[in-house]
Amino acid sequence: MRDEFVKSLTELAESNPKVFLITGDLGFGVLTDFSKRFPKQFLNIGIAEQNMAGVATGLALEGRIVFIYSIGNFPTLRCLEQIRNDACYHGANVKVISIGGGFSYGALGMSHHATEDLAIMRALPGVTVVSPSDAWETVEATKAITSQSGVCYLRLDKSKAPVNVKKNEQFELGKMRVVREGKKVVFVSTGGLVGTVLNAANKLEEFGVSAQVVSVHTLKPFDDEGLKKLVSEFDALITIEEHNVVGGLAGVVAESLLQTESYPKKFYKIGLSDTYSSVVGSQDFLRKYYGMDEAAIVEKTLSLLKKD
Amino acid sequence: MNTIALAKKIRLHALRMTSRGSSSHIGSVFSMADIIAVLYGAILKVKPEEPKWVDRDRFILSKGHAGAGVYAALAERGFFSIDTLNTHYQDGSILSGHISHKGIPGVEFSTGSLGHGLSVGAGMAYSAKLNNQNHRVFVVLSDGECDEGSNWEAILFSSHHKLDNLTVVIDYNKIQSLASVSDTLGLEPFADKWRSFGWAVAEVDGHDHAQLLDRLGHLPLNNEKPTCIIAHTTKGKGVSFMENSVLWHYRTAKGDEYNAALSELEEK
Repeated sequence: MRDEFVKSLTELAESNPKVFLITGDLGFGVLTDFSKRFPKQFLNIGIAEQNMAGVATGLALEGRIVFIYSIGNFPTLRCLEQIRNDACYHGANVKVISIGGGFSYGALGMSHHATEDLAIMRALPGVTVVSPSDAWETVEATKAITSQSGVCYLRLDKSKAPVNVKKNEQFELGKMRVVREGKKVVFVSTGGLVGTVLNAANKLEEFGVSAQVVSVHTLKPFDDEGLKKLVSEFDALITIEEHNVVGGLAGVVAESLLQTESYPKKFYKIGLSDTYSSVVGSQDFLRKYYGMDEAAIVEKTLSLLKKD
Repeated sequence: MNTIALAKKIRLHALRMTSRGSSSHIGSVFSMADIIAVLYGAILKVKPEEPKWVDRDRFILSKGHAGAGVYAALAERGFFSIDTLNTHYQDGSILSGHISHKGIPGVEFSTGSLGHGLSVGAGMAYSAKLNNQNHRVFVVLSDGECDEGSNWEAILFSSHHKLDNLTVVIDYNKIQSLASVSDTLGLEPFADKWRSFGWAVAEVDGHDHAQLLDRLGHLPLNNEKPTCIIAHTTKGKGVSFMENSVLWHYRTAKGDEYNAALSELEEK
């Protein structure tokens, strides 16, 4: 997703001199081309995220569209108050880009696991929270947040689902996408994990279970209507996220369901169970370890459907 | 505009505002009142009738708790009516204890949590450089605020990028919220710290308008360096029983204390 983002931003920067990219001293080899082509639209601000968010706000209030780029929790949690008080309260055109959602940097350890970011960023008024699942959504989301005024958070994953775009499909922030049709159970997921969810859905066919898969690329604003339409059609709704089960996708789905008085017959949330991981490993390993891999999704789905 | 008269009005307004609203930080307003008066009375290029004038100088009060002083200066400069000051800290008011820009012409940026203003000001100064604009950016910091590490990130950034269109004025009143600066988290050698971070530094008496006018009227101190004016001030300046007292960081003047403070300020 990172490469698709950078490629897309490069095209945007070429046509729009207001596009400005600030990195917190990360992106080795990835941002070189951008920095050489657009030296007046690029800044490596050093390892100083609070200053990065503040300077970005200053630049944005003077008319630029400023992307701040770092990994994991650095461009979000480390400078959260600058994002809240400076960027958000002033409606500044600051786009927060985190490379490495969830366990993308799993082997680097707990400091690099971004597993509460969606919940925290979602709680800030005025922030658009975007978590694409594949290359197409990443490119489209990059374009969309550039043309939309205000603060946006874009969570980019190391993994990505296969692109599955319908002919003439238009990307729209705030609208969930059905990426696999099904009848019995609906999986509501976000980020690169959607790829794993699709695999699980395919596997479930062997057990006679038809699963629909929805990619929630925008957690905020959330697609209440889209979710409401889904609920009555399925025997179970399962949220699946590479994130704490508190406040993220499961949270927004549960809030939305109650608000729209849409009650699924069965509801289950798959994700990180309110813990930090001291265990390290690849993204695939940690997904398996924490029960959000293909086998675990299949098992939990079958078990849920069996319950009365 | 007569800056000494403006400073007096700022203090009188702030005393009334904080007393009426039972709010804190009068000592912090008084210590910077002369700095604000010189800036708004003589230095800042602003147009009250056109607050968003593109060539205006940008001013950020990073020590947002002293917002009453800036609200008073803006009202005196005609950005909004002086009557509006009566709403400060009242239920339903937009004039919050910590400075806010929403709905208030002339306030460039909202602060309150310390250590935010300088990075934003640096971003604005950097933008002006990119755009070849000639306006200046001024940020007023408190001394205690320099405990915040974020400031030092911005201090590094500003000198690295040679932001000579950026000026910091530090209201160095030597007292923070609970105790003196030296007893809390010492800043000395303060000027040397800024110099070693690549800034041009001058120290002035922060209540001497001639000194403030001279330094702030001849910026930058050095080409290609941001400027730091360390203004030595007295917390609570202007009211004898408030001066150099930790108590008046939070205490509100009421009753006899209010009347005594008012008399002292009016006599000056």
